[in-house]
Amino acid sequence: MYPRWLWPAFAIPGVVWLLILFLLPFYAVIGVAFGNIDPILQTPIPAWNPINWNTGWVAHVLNELTPGGVYWDVFLRTIRYVALSLGGCILIGYPVAYYIARHASRTKSLLLILLVLPFWISYLMRMLAWINLLAPGGYAARFLSFTHISDLLYHMGLLSQPNNFLGGQSFTVIFALIYGYIPYFILPLYASLDRIDRSHLEAARDLGASPFRAFWHVTLPLSKTGLLGGAVLIVLPMFGDYYTPNIVSGAPTTSMIGNQIDLYFHGGPQPTIGAAITIILSAFLVVLMGYYMWTIHKSSKELVA
Amino acid sequence: MSQAVATPTATKEFTLWQRVYGWITNPWGKPRFLVLITWGYIVWSIAPVLIAIQFSFNNSRSLTVWHGFTTKWYFSDPVDSIWHNASYRGALNQSLKLAALDVLIATPIGVMLALGLARWRGRGSGASNFLMLFPLVTPEIVMGVSLLLLFTQLFTFVNTGTLAQVLGHVTFSISYVVVIVRGRLFSIGRSYEEAAADLGASPSAALRLVLMPLLLPAIVASAAIVFAISIDDFVISQWLSNGANSTTVPMLIYDATRATPLPSTDGLATVIMTITLITVVAGVAVFRMFTRGEGGRGSAVDDVAGFGM
Repeated sequence: MYPRWLWPAFAIPGVVWLLILFLLPFYAVIGVAFGNIDPILQTPIPAWNPINWNTGWVAHVLNELTPGGVYWDVFLRTIRYVALSLGGCILIGYPVAYYIARHASRTKSLLLILLVLPFWISYLMRMLAWINLLAPGGYAARFLSFTHISDLLYHMGLLSQPNNFLGGQSFTVIFALIYGYIPYFILPLYASLDRIDRSHLEAARDLGASPFRAFWHVTLPLSKTGLLGGAVLIVLPMFGDYYTPNIVSGAPTTSMIGNQIDLYFHGGPQPTIGAAITIILSAFLVVLMGYYMWTIHKSSKELVA
Repeated sequence: MSQAVATPTATKEFTLWQRVYGWITNPWGKPRFLVLITWGYIVWSIAPVLIAIQFSFNNSRSLTVWHGFTTKWYFSDPVDSIWHNASYRGALNQSLKLAALDVLIATPIGVMLALGLARWRGRGSGASNFLMLFPLVTPEIVMGVSLLLLFTQLFTFVNTGTLAQVLGHVTFSISYVVVIVRGRLFSIGRSYEEAAADLGASPSAALRLVLMPLLLPAIVASAAIVFAISIDDFVISQWLSNGANSTTVPMLIYDATRATPLPSTDGLATVIMTITLITVVAGVAVFRMFTRGEGGRGSAVDDVAGFGM
């Protein structure tokens, strides 16, 4: 009923916008990363034509990303922080999503509203709130030192000094990352748990499975897509995070790969190296994303078969 | 008498551990440890923000010790109140300006793109779909770096500052509009338009008189969401700013956390949070009002939950 050209015509403004302001900028990053640096002004000289590309800076950064290089420690730390934060999100988030999907009945609407609320509170405000709480004399700082939890953390090696939470503590950075990103993890997980047909579980129990076995062999596999989706949703932005460590720590001992990029653009005069790190980070994330899509594709095939 | 003796022997069969274990797992009701974890999580996720709001009313410069209630950080303090401090007002202005422009530009483009992508079957449609999804999973720092380099190296006629910030905000907002509107398009289906066409409506009449009114709730809701994500955005605003006159509220909060935050910093965050929450609640309310009686499952909550993603 509609003319054939109508729908492509509708799509054109948006597609053109994204081509020019989303795709083309990546080419700008490539041009700068494979360009040169003005020896006197230290400004980047981008190379737009692939014939003129200078792979030196990207090679330099890649080289520094290997063991013994300047960025090796930062790279390892980033992976460690992201992995531990993801682990924390799963440990806290799975029971919460599971409870709301399976057991909450009358309180479900209320719990969902409270679950979504952090989405609409600025990330920066949620970090600012913890600065207030963890600063010397803050509610959380006083509670932790009164209950000697702070001493305990110190003796476990999680804090470098007791009662110092905001001065370059890895523990605080990971805690803040979990706090900041966990809402984005719980929601897709909740959606996938909520979709599980209860008759599968009843079948498992009728056939004699214990509640734990029913969970392990029915609920957990069926929530795999939600688990992976939530993980991807928080892992990708975490790899690009620089503001969380800057806010709750600010010390170079807790800097992540994002801080390194931020430093080359906002602190130092060498965008070329910053662009090279950005390209390598993007390539790394594309591989992660590809693995995720491959897993989803495989598990959807298994479900059909 | 014999009963009084029998009762303790009956309970004696359970050790303390078994009783605690039984209470926690609660086999005939909701598992209590899940209840505890869930409500513990909810309190943990929201209480810090409530405390930050509390300290925006603190009658002292301290953010850690409570000295009584005042609203001076909002109105009366001549130097540091939100009302009197020029940089606070400037940041509020900039945030609202960016959010408003973002809504005005990203919503129409996104709605059209959603329509196009949902119904266009031909060469390029698959790739366009893919392109639309990418901004949703790209880390903001990568987008920030690439847009900054675009504006400083390639499109040097665009200076960093408000224009660059608006272009950046629209770029990450379009995909959210598409996702929300396309969801609504699929749930409407094509039968209404086909009925209109059978009854003699021209294509443009079917679009204007049938499809647009049906899409309106999703358009309003997506405009509210775009407003909210734009006003809360930090990374893109920071990378594309050119200093003091393009500082937004989240940027100001960021700078304050790295120096010495004041109760008025909490106050500014509270103001922005209130604006965001009112916008989102209004958007969802409009969505519910228009879609009421459609017999769909779910509640307003499911809609918000859907928007969160």
